[in-house]
Amino acid sequence: MLGKLSWSDIPFDVPILVGTFAGAAIAGLAVLGLITYYGKWGYLWKEWLTSVDHKRLGVMYIVLALVALFRGFADAIMMRSQLALAYAGNPGYLPPHHYDQIFSAHGTIMIFFMAMAFMTGLMNVIVPLQIGARDVAFPFLNSLSFWMTTVSFVLINVSLFIGEFSQCGWLAYPPLSESQFSPGVGVDYYIWAVQLSGVGTLLTGVNFFTTIVKMRAPGMTYMKMPVFTWTIFCTTVLIMVAFPILTVALGLLGLDRYLGMHFFTNDGGGNQMLYLSVIWAWGHPEVYILILPAFGAFSEITQTFSRKPLFGYNTMVYATCSIMVLSLVVWVHHFFTMGAGPNVNAFFGIMTMIIAIPTGVKIFNWLFTMYKGRVEFHATMYWVIGFMITFTIGGMTGVMLAIPAADFVLHNSLFVIAHFHNVIIGGVYFGYVAAMNFWFPKAFGFKLNEAWGKRAFWFWFIGFYFAFMPLYVLGFMGMTRRMNHYDNPDWYPWLLVAEFGAVLIACGIVCQLTQLYVSIRDRNLAENRDLTGDPWNARTLEWSTSSPPPFYNFAVVPTVHDLDAFAHDKEAGIDTRAAGADYQPIHMPKNTSAGFFVGAFSLVLGFAAIWYIWWLAAIGLIGVIATVIARSSNNDVDYYVPVSEVARIENEHTRNLMAAQAAE
Amino acid sequence: MADAHTAHSGESHGSVGSYLTGFVIAVLLTAAAFGLVMAHSFSPAGTIAAIAVLAVVQVVVHLVFFLHMNGSSAQRWNVMAFAFTVMSVAILIGGTLFIMHDTAINMMSR
Amino acid sequence: MAHDMTVDAAHAHDEHHESPVVFGFWLYLMTDCLIFGTLFAVFAVMRNQFAGGPTGKELFDLSGVGIETAILLVSSITYGFGMISAHQNKLGTMRMWLAVTFLLGLGFLFMEIREFSHMVAEGNGPDRSAFLSSFFTLVGTHGLHVTCGLLWMAVLMVQSTGKTVLSERMMNKLTCLSLFWHFLDIVWICVFTFVYLMSVI
Repeated sequence: MLGKLSWSDIPFDVPILVGTFAGAAIAGLAVLGLITYYGKWGYLWKEWLTSVDHKRLGVMYIVLALVALFRGFADAIMMRSQLALAYAGNPGYLPPHHYDQIFSAHGTIMIFFMAMAFMTGLMNVIVPLQIGARDVAFPFLNSLSFWMTTVSFVLINVSLFIGEFSQCGWLAYPPLSESQFSPGVGVDYYIWAVQLSGVGTLLTGVNFFTTIVKMRAPGMTYMKMPVFTWTIFCTTVLIMVAFPILTVALGLLGLDRYLGMHFFTNDGGGNQMLYLSVIWAWGHPEVYILILPAFGAFSEITQTFSRKPLFGYNTMVYATCSIMVLSLVVWVHHFFTMGAGPNVNAFFGIMTMIIAIPTGVKIFNWLFTMYKGRVEFHATMYWVIGFMITFTIGGMTGVMLAIPAADFVLHNSLFVIAHFHNVIIGGVYFGYVAAMNFWFPKAFGFKLNEAWGKRAFWFWFIGFYFAFMPLYVLGFMGMTRRMNHYDNPDWYPWLLVAEFGAVLIACGIVCQLTQLYVSIRDRNLAENRDLTGDPWNARTLEWSTSSPPPFYNFAVVPTVHDLDAFAHDKEAGIDTRAAGADYQPIHMPKNTSAGFFVGAFSLVLGFAAIWYIWWLAAIGLIGVIATVIARSSNNDVDYYVPVSEVARIENEHTRNLMAAQAAE
Repeated sequence: MADAHTAHSGESHGSVGSYLTGFVIAVLLTAAAFGLVMAHSFSPAGTIAAIAVLAVVQVVVHLVFFLHMNGSSAQRWNVMAFAFTVMSVAILIGGTLFIMHDTAINMMSR
Repeated sequence: MAHDMTVDAAHAHDEHHESPVVFGFWLYLMTDCLIFGTLFAVFAVMRNQFAGGPTGKELFDLSGVGIETAILLVSSITYGFGMISAHQNKLGTMRMWLAVTFLLGLGFLFMEIREFSHMVAEGNGPDRSAFLSSFFTLVGTHGLHVTCGLLWMAVLMVQSTGKTVLSERMMNKLTCLSLFWHFLDIVWICVFTFVYLMSVI
């Protein structure tokens, strides 16, 4: 009746997990209790959970990403603490069985649920506003994507308390991940969580590519598109190319495990090296999926806080596009040591080094944007400058790893760990946090506290160097990744330094939380409110509407005359909003719970399939299909916002604008 | 209602004639491919090359006559998306074969 | 004002006319292309990994594949005729053609399942060798797509029942399914060429 599931799968005997479960349960009950106490269930359901508004979905994505960040970071600091203890006679506090699950979960969560969710959230909040659109092309699919991502994160966290998680690393290399060596449910949790979130990501890619191609404001030709939108454009292309490959790679691994097939097994003619090739054909574009939007955000922020247009817009666009194409032909550099001959390794090594050229172009563009600009050292700008320094170091170690001969020495060592954290924290994470600081007032109508923002930056920045520079050294000293215990006395001090860095980063996260708390507490102070909708004197269309924008974004769809449309209009004295114009009724999508239910049934399907509870899996699958058909048969999906409602909202913003101008 | 339909003016619908033309060509190409293999008239390498060419031609025929792909401006992005996909698939298949073949030779594993 | 007019005209001339639904679905099909592309790459690597089991030459029956191919090809134009009727708003005729297409699709699926079950019954299932794993997965994925297409077709037939004119939304759905169905035929061309015919040579 319950498949493989039995009482013994609940880890009552692991105190860390029991404590975590108690903590999570208490916190969860407290949140649910507060919602009930304040009677907010109806509001939450109607305005948020069933919303198809891209701005609200974006905010929910980012909340999800922050929760994932805490989970992922908790894993990280547990690993660092284990290695600070587990020297010589001390086994540390994490047995290998548990430690291996932690590093697998850390990688999976940070990539799929922190970085991807954060990136998707930013693109949701910003892209439609930036191209002057009222919504995305497929609002319902957008909600569906969000719920698919959310339920897969739920699934991965369920693995903490019911059963176990994968112990095979974040990419679950076979043959270790085959049922012969991993008979438990851990790898199945991994496969289902990543597959379900992959569906969401793929739909997001299709959705935003369509939105950018079909829904730009009149006059916005491709070379007048803001850089952030350009980077999202390239990211969605990469999503559409790469994620199907991931689906197949994990699908084949799943078929090996569930149906006894022989794709990657040791016997039956299977070939585990094929898995490496296929999964990295996704994996390498994936890192550019993450970093390109960060590049876009840096471009927007740098030009805004340098008070001058971006240096080399055209080269920025071409660099982004060439990175997009090049990222498809470099995947072997993740497995140079697999055994391919010099032909293969040389080709992919050279292609990898070539990527450094467009990336270098970008770095110089940002530097030249700042050069002779009136740079304002806003907290947002701290992250940007921190990024430029850190990312350049990470990029150089990347070129080192691209040399196959060097890679033979460094492969699977902590040098690799240091390198990709250097680019992912220093590039991706700094970029997303900068973007969050930058666009926060647009989404909520008040600014984030700057002092706490700068404290968070310094802790993260210094903490990063303390945590990861030792790993470069340890890599050269021969310490391999994923070790649970070691005897080498030379490594010990470096691992203590790394532990100290992790603690500094923890302080950085606390500062970020404090920043959010302080900002929300002081949101009504005059200096924090954003009444104009343009708190930074920025250049692109999203700043021409109010903060937070009305649900329809633009009462009158703006006409774009030039690159940096809003800056052009401000200089030319054009009212981009066309305040007081003859408003027309606005066509908008209605909220729907279908995305939520498809997500919920997918969760049931995934959970049941992991535990071989086939009747429940059938219910989940039928639920998914039935919900989709019901949604397709429902013709009551949109409505018109009446002119009077538009006029009321717009006039209120006009009054705010005039009050703000009078106050200056 | 007429409006709703003219909104599709970007895509051509095809006619009975164009579907039948495509169908006849497709049948001929399919029959040729099966015939070549069953008749054993060419060398194996020649047959493989021939049926691969026939398949590519038939894919194009289907795209033009059944999926109504053309060079009109309304279809520019459809065609570009398709071209990019063909390139990506070529990189993927070509790259995988290149890597796996080279590995097999280098490791003497196959 | 004159400037705005030209911008508008340029805008109208741009790609904003076509429905985003059909374009978005086209993009989805492109991602599906990559799924099949990956499966073909895997099949190409695995094509000689028989692990002592039977080869394609011993297993495949070309006449059956020929019939399957014929069925799919005919179903492609019957769906095309259905679309022509839909554009002329002849809903009865359209449903008739859709029903014909549905039956042909069912016939294809029936033949494929028979072929598969036959192979499994003889001990040559997907767990026999890497070659058979990749064969069953590639061809089965195509079959799964056909199944989804049939389900979708049934839903559209039901949804269009009782209507006298097709709404734009309905028309978009029919167009998307038409793209899907013809796309599956294209995948099948590659399947019969690179999987069946090449294994038999």
